[in-house]
Amino acid sequence: MDLQLVWFGLIGLLWAGYLVLEGFDFGVGALLPRLGRGTDAVDSEKRRRVMLTAIGPHWDGNEVWLLTAGGATFAAFPEWYATMFSAFYLPLLLVLVALIVRNMGLEYRHKRDDAQWRRRWDTAIIAGSVLAPFLIGVALTNVVRGLPIDADLEFTGSLFTLLNPLALLGGATVLALSLTHGAVFVALKTTGTIREDARRLATPLGLVTAGLAVVTLGWLGLLSGSVWSWSTTVVAAAALLGGLGANAVGREGWAFAGTAVTGAATVATYFLALHPDVMPTTSADGRSLTIANASSSPMTLEIMTWAAVVFTPVVLLYTGYTYYAFRKRLGTQHIPDAVAVK
Amino acid sequence: MDALDVARWQFAITTVYHFLFVPVTIGMSAVVAYFHTQWVRTHRPEYYRLTKFFGKLFLINFALGLVTGIVQEFQFGMNWSDYSRFVGDIFGAPLAFEALLAFFLESTFLGLWIFGWGRVPERLHAASMWLVHLGTVLSAYFILAANSFMQNPVGFRFNPETGRAEMADFLAILTNKVQLVTFPHVIFSAYMVGGATVMGVALWLLRRERGTDDEPLYRRAVRVGGVVALVASLGVVGTGDVQGKIMTEVQPMKMAAAEALYDTTDGAPFSVLSIGSLDGSEATRVIEVPGLLSFLGTGDWEGRVEGIDDLRESEREMAQRVVDRYGADIAPYVQADSYAPVIPLAYWTFRLMMGFGFLTMALAAASLWATRGRRVPVSRWWTLVAVLAPLSPVLANSFGWIFTETGRQPWVVYGLMTTQTAVSPSVSVGEVWFSMVVYTLLYAALAVVEVKLFLTYVRKGAEEFVDPADHDTHDDAPLQFAY
Repeated sequence: MDLQLVWFGLIGLLWAGYLVLEGFDFGVGALLPRLGRGTDAVDSEKRRRVMLTAIGPHWDGNEVWLLTAGGATFAAFPEWYATMFSAFYLPLLLVLVALIVRNMGLEYRHKRDDAQWRRRWDTAIIAGSVLAPFLIGVALTNVVRGLPIDADLEFTGSLFTLLNPLALLGGATVLALSLTHGAVFVALKTTGTIREDARRLATPLGLVTAGLAVVTLGWLGLLSGSVWSWSTTVVAAAALLGGLGANAVGREGWAFAGTAVTGAATVATYFLALHPDVMPTTSADGRSLTIANASSSPMTLEIMTWAAVVFTPVVLLYTGYTYYAFRKRLGTQHIPDAVAVK
Repeated sequence: MDALDVARWQFAITTVYHFLFVPVTIGMSAVVAYFHTQWVRTHRPEYYRLTKFFGKLFLINFALGLVTGIVQEFQFGMNWSDYSRFVGDIFGAPLAFEALLAFFLESTFLGLWIFGWGRVPERLHAASMWLVHLGTVLSAYFILAANSFMQNPVGFRFNPETGRAEMADFLAILTNKVQLVTFPHVIFSAYMVGGATVMGVALWLLRRERGTDDEPLYRRAVRVGGVVALVASLGVVGTGDVQGKIMTEVQPMKMAAAEALYDTTDGAPFSVLSIGSLDGSEATRVIEVPGLLSFLGTGDWEGRVEGIDDLRESEREMAQRVVDRYGADIAPYVQADSYAPVIPLAYWTFRLMMGFGFLTMALAAASLWATRGRRVPVSRWWTLVAVLAPLSPVLANSFGWIFTETGRQPWVVYGLMTTQTAVSPSVSVGEVWFSMVVYTLLYAALAVVEVKLFLTYVRKGAEEFVDPADHDTHDDAPLQFAY
C-alpha cells in the first residue's frame, strides 16, 4: 500500500478528530457569556460552572489531537511541517497564546472563590475559544488555497498574504461550526433551562454556519475540487441540516452526531481538495509541496504506521471510556459550593 | 542580534521555563498516586487528605507544564524549519510517538482523575493517577530519545538524493547509549524534585501545625517525600557518574568545557571553584581535587582527558570526515568558525547542577533525621530548609539542561548539523523578537499567578476530612468535584 497516501489520510483524520472534539469545547468556551447568563449573578455563575464541568474531563484530551496532528505531520511530512509552521509564524503564535490563556483559565478559574478572579479567567477562556478555531480555520484554508512558496519550498509571503478573503471566510466557518457544535453539546449534556437555551441557540448558529460553509467549501471546490471533495461537501451540508433538524425536534444525540459529521466532512473536503498536494504554491516559478516530495522515508512511514495501527485503538478505547464515565447530564443542582480560597 | 541569536534565546527561555514544571509533574504524580493508592487500600483519612492536598498542588503546577509544552512542539517548525527538514525523518517520529502514546494517556486519565471523585470506581480512580504518571514517564522517554539523537546521532544515514539525514534503525535510536543513561538520570532527577517538593511543603506545615491533630499527617508527608528525594538523589549521582563517562567518550569537548581544561592532561584535576577568566590564559583554581576529572570522565584517576585546544582540531577533522563520507552537499551543515562551546557557561552550570543536586540530597537526609521518631524540628533554620527543598532540585535540573544543551554547541546535532544552519530562513528577525517578547511577558505573568496560587494553597493546608462514603448519591445530589 502507498504509505505516503495513508499518512496524508491519517493526518486528515487527526485534524477531523481535533475539530470535532476540541470543536465542541471551543464552542462551549466561546458561548460562556451567552449560555452562561442566568436570572441573577448566582444563577449565571452556576450555569457557567455547569458548562465548564461538562467539558472539564475532556478538553485536555481533545487538545492532544492537535499535538498528534502536529507530531504526525513532523514525522510523516517534515517538509510540510517545516514550511507550514514557519509560514504561519504569527498566526500560530496567536494560536499558542490563545490556547495558553484558555487552558490556564479552564484550570485556574475554579481555584479561587473570588468574583474578579473568575471574571478575568472567563475573559481568557472566551477570547481563547474564539480566537483559536478562527485562526486554525484561516491557516487550514490557506494551506488548501495555496501560498507563495519558492523553489526551495520556503514561504515568501507576509502576514498580509495570509489574511486573504477566502482564508478569513474559512476562519469564520470553523469558528461558526465550533459554536454550533458547542451549543449542541451543551444541549446534549445538560438539563434544565440551560439545555433549552442551548437548543434554541443552536438553530440560528447552525444556519449561519451553513451559509458560511457553503461559500467556503464551494469556493475551495471551484479552486481545486474533485468529484470526491464535492461529495464530502454535500455530506457536510446534509449532516448539518440533518443535525439542525434533529435539534429542532429535541433529538440531541442525533443533532450532535450531525454537527460532528459536518466537522469531519468539512476537514475531508479540505484534504480531498488538497490532494495530491500538501501545500500548493501560487508562485509561477515556485514549487508545490506534494505528498510525494514532502514525505519521510519509507522506513519512517512504516514504523509510524505500525505504531498507529497498534496504539490508536487503545487511545480510542480509553477516550471512549471517559465519555461513558461522564455521560450523566449536568444541571445547576449538581454544582457544589465553590472552594473557599480567598 | 540576528534571527539566529534571538531564536536561540527564545529556545533557551521557553525550554528552561517549560522544564521547571516538567520534573515536578513527573515526580509529584507518583507521590500523589502513592497516597491515593494507600487511601484505597487502608481508607485511613490521612491518606485521603494528603491525596487531595498534594493533588491540588500537583494540578496547579501541571497546568503550566502542559501549556508551555505545546509551544515546544510548534517551535521546531516555527523557528527551526531547516532543522526540521534536515533531521525530521528521524526526529519527528519520537515526537509523534510521544503524542500518541504519552500525551493521550496523560491528558485523558488526568481528566478522569480530576473529575472522578464519586464518579468512577475507586480502584480505577487511583489507577488513573498511576496512568498519568506512566504517561509522563513515556513522554520523557521519547523526548529524551530525540534529544539523545542530537547528542549522539545513531541509526541514521545521509541520503544524497533528498539531501537530508534519514532513519536507518529506529531501535538504535530508541536504545542510543546516551539515551539509556540520560533517561534514568532525568527520571531520578524528577523524583528528586517531586519528593523534595512534597517534603518541603509538608515540613513547613509540620512546623506550623506542631502539637495539633495534623502533626502526624504532615510528618508522614515529610517522611514519604524525604525518602523519595533521598533515594532518587542517590540514583541521580549513580546515573550521572555513568553519564560523565559516556559523555567523555561521545562528546569529549563537553567534558573538557565542564572543567575549562585547555591542555590534554593525564590525571586531570577537578576544581570545585575558580576565579579568573576561564579562557585558558590564567584561570586560577581555588579548590582543586587532583585526578577527579579523570576519574569522572574515564573511571581512572590517572586517565587521560583531552583538552579544548586539541579537541577543537579533532572536531574540525571530524567535520572533514563527515564531508569525505557523505559528499560536499553536507559541508555547509558541519562547518563552524569555532568548535568549542561557551566555556564559562559550561564550567559554571556543571558545578551548579552538581551543587544543587548534592544540596537536595543533604536537605532530604537532614529532614529525615530531624523528623525521626516523633520529632518536629524547631530551629528557625528549618523554614529555610522547607523553602530550599523544592527550589534546589529544580535549579539542579535547569543547570543540568543548560550545560547539556549549550555544551554541545556549535552543534545542534553533534557532528552532523550546526545550530546556525538549523534556523528558519523565511522568518524575519522582527518576527522572532516579537514572539520572544510575547512568550517572555506571558510566561512571567503566568509564573506570578502560579506561584501565588501555589503558596495560597500551601498556606491553607490539607482540608478537613469529609468521608466520601457519606456523600449523597441520588440523581440531583451535588458532585464531589466540579469546575
